[in-house]
Amino acid sequence: MIEIENLSHQIGGKPILSGIDLTLPTGGVTALIGPNGAGKSTLLKLISRHLSLQSGAVALDGVSLASIPADQLALKLATVSQEVGVASRLRIKDLVAFGRWPHTKGRPDKADHYVVDRTLQKFGLVDLQNRFLDEVSGGQRQRAFVAMAYAQDTDWLLLDEPLNNLDLVHARALMAELKRMALEDEKSIVIVLHDLNYAVAWADRIVGLRGGQLEMSGKVKTVATSEILSALYETKIEVEDTASGRRVWYYS
Amino acid sequence: MPGSLVARPKRFYLWTVLLLLTLSGVSIFVGVGTLVFSGLFTNPEALSLLLISRLPRTLAIILTGASLAVSGVIMQLLVRNRFVEPSTTGTSEAAMLGLLAVTLLAPQWSIFSKMLVASGASLLGIFGFLMLIRRLPPEQPLIIPLVGLIYAGILGAAATFVAYQTDLIQYLWIWITGEFSGVLAGRYELLWLAGALALLAYVAADQFTVAGLGREASLSLGLNYTQVLTLGVVTVALVASLVIVTVGMLPFIGLVVPNIVSRLMGDNLRESLPVVAGLGAGFVLVSDIIGRLVRYPYEIPASTVFGIVGAAIFLWMLLGRRSHA
Ligand SMILES: Nc1ncnc2c1ncn2[C@@H]1O[C@H](COP(=O)(O)OP(=O)(O)O)[C@@H](O)[C@H]1O
Ligand SMILES: [Mg+2]
Repeated sequence: MIEIENLSHQIGGKPILSGIDLTLPTGGVTALIGPNGAGKSTLLKLISRHLSLQSGAVALDGVSLASIPADQLALKLATVSQEVGVASRLRIKDLVAFGRWPHTKGRPDKADHYVVDRTLQKFGLVDLQNRFLDEVSGGQRQRAFVAMAYAQDTDWLLLDEPLNNLDLVHARALMAELKRMALEDEKSIVIVLHDLNYAVAWADRIVGLRGGQLEMSGKVKTVATSEILSALYETKIEVEDTASGRRVWYYS
Repeated sequence: MPGSLVARPKRFYLWTVLLLLTLSGVSIFVGVGTLVFSGLFTNPEALSLLLISRLPRTLAIILTGASLAVSGVIMQLLVRNRFVEPSTTGTSEAAMLGLLAVTLLAPQWSIFSKMLVASGASLLGIFGFLMLIRRLPPEQPLIIPLVGLIYAGILGAAATFVAYQTDLIQYLWIWITGEFSGVLAGRYELLWLAGALALLAYVAADQFTVAGLGREASLSLGLNYTQVLTLGVVTVALVASLVIVTVGMLPFIGLVVPNIVSRLMGDNLRESLPVVAGLGAGFVLVSDIIGRLVRYPYEIPASTVFGIVGAAIFLWMLLGRRSHA
C-alpha cells in the first residue's frame, strides 16, 4: 500500500501539486488520468523518488519512503519515465538484463538469464534483442524500457504514459499483460494513461488529477461516469454501451 | 553482466590484442638507435636501450592512450553526449591553470603534489562545465560541445595570459604538446596510476553503463547515481592531469576512439571498455610511430600527428552525424 499524505510540490515557486491525500491499495491496476500539466508525472516522480519530497509524506507499506535505501527501494518499486533517453547504444537484450541489476549487482545466475529470456518473449522483443536502442522505433524502445522494469520483478510498477508510441496491437497487449500481472502475480500497477478507453477498459481504479489537485479517486465502476470525467477534462465526454456490452467513450 | 550468454565481443578482443602486439613491436624496434631482436641477447647496450628508453616509451604510450580513451567514454556516458572529452570541456585547460599556479607559488613541490593540484583544478573545471550545461536542452546535442569548446577556450586563454605574464610560456607549450620523446625509465611511472584508474573504471563498468541510461533510469534501478557520477568525474580529472604532467595533452583520443567503438559494439562498457582502451593505445602508438618516421631522425609530437587526424574525424563526426548522436 502506498499512502500519500498532504503532498505538495513547487517548482520555481509555482505550485505543481497541492495537498494530495491518496491511498493506493496493494494489488490491481490504478490508472492515473487528467489533462496535460495536471501533475501526473510529478506525482509519479515523487513516489519513485526521482524528485525529492518538499512537503507531505509518502509511505510504502507503512514505512516512510524517504527512509528506504535506494537499493532496497529498487527491489520493491520499478519506474518507467515518460521520456526514455536514447543517448546510449545498448542492445535491447542488455537493457532488459539490466532490469535484474537490483537483484544481481552485476552477477547474474541462470535464473536471471531465464527471467530475461522470458521477458523478451513476453514483450515480443526476441527478434529485436540484438538491435541497439537507437536503431529501433520509438514504440519498440518504449516496450524495451517497460520490459526492463518488468524484469526488475518488483511488487510495484509505475509507468508514465507507456502507451505513447505504441500501435493498438501492442498497446492492448501491454494492458492485458499488466492486468494479468496484477491478477496472477499479485503486482500493483500504477499507470498514467491519456486514453480514457484504455483506462476504463483495463484499470481497477481511477485517480484523476487536475491543476495539481486530486479531483477524483475510486473504483472504475463508481467514478467512470460521463459527469465526473467531463468535469475532470472540462470537455463533454459521452458514454455509450455497445451491442456487445462494451462501454465506449466519445470525446472528439 | 548482461549479454554474457553471447560470445560476440571475442572477435573484437582478438583484433585489438593483435593490433596492440604488432604496434608495440614496431614501436620498440623503431628509432634513432638501432635495435635488432637478435642483438638483445648478445649486446648489453641494446638491452639497456630497450629497458631504459624503448620499453618505457612504448608502455607510456599504451597507458596514455588507454586511459585517455577510457576517461573519454566515461565522460560521454555521464554527460550523455557523444562529443565531450577532457579537451572539449575545459578539463585539460583547468588542469594547466592549476599546474601554472603551483609552478609559480610552490615550484619546489614534487611532481606528484603538482599533479594533485592539477587534478583539483581540473575537478573544478569539470564542475564548472557541468554547471554550465545543466540548463542546456538535451535534444540539441551539438550545443553542449560548442559551449564546452568556448569554455575551454576561455580557460586556455587565461592560462596563456598568466604564462605570458610570468614567462612560463615554455612550460605551457610542453603541457599542451603531448609527445613521448622525453620518456625514459624513471620519468613516466606516474602513468601507471592512470592505467590503474582505467582498470578501476572497468571494475565499475556496469555502474557507468547504467548511469549512461540517465538519472531517472539509474535511480529506478537503485544505482547510487551521485556516487557513480563522482567516481567518474574524479577518474577523468585525475587521468587528464596525470597525462598532462608526464607527457602533455593529447586531444581527441578520448573523443574519436569511444565513438568508433560505440558504432561497432555499442555502449555496454563491460564488453566494450577493453576495446576502447586497446584502440586508444593503438591510435597513440600509430601517431607516435608516424611522428618518429616522417622527419627521421627528428620527431614530430604524437599529439600533432593525431591532432590532424583527430580533428578531421571529429569534424566528420559532427557534420555526418545521424539522428541518434
Ligand atoms: N522542471 C520543471 N520546471 C518547471 N515546470 C515544470 C517542470 N516539470 C513540470 N513542470 C510543470 O508542472 C506541471 C505538471 O507537470 P507534469 O507533472 O509533467 O504534468 P502531466 O504529467 O500531468 O502532464 C506542468 O504545468 C509543467 O509545466
Ligand atoms: Mg506527464
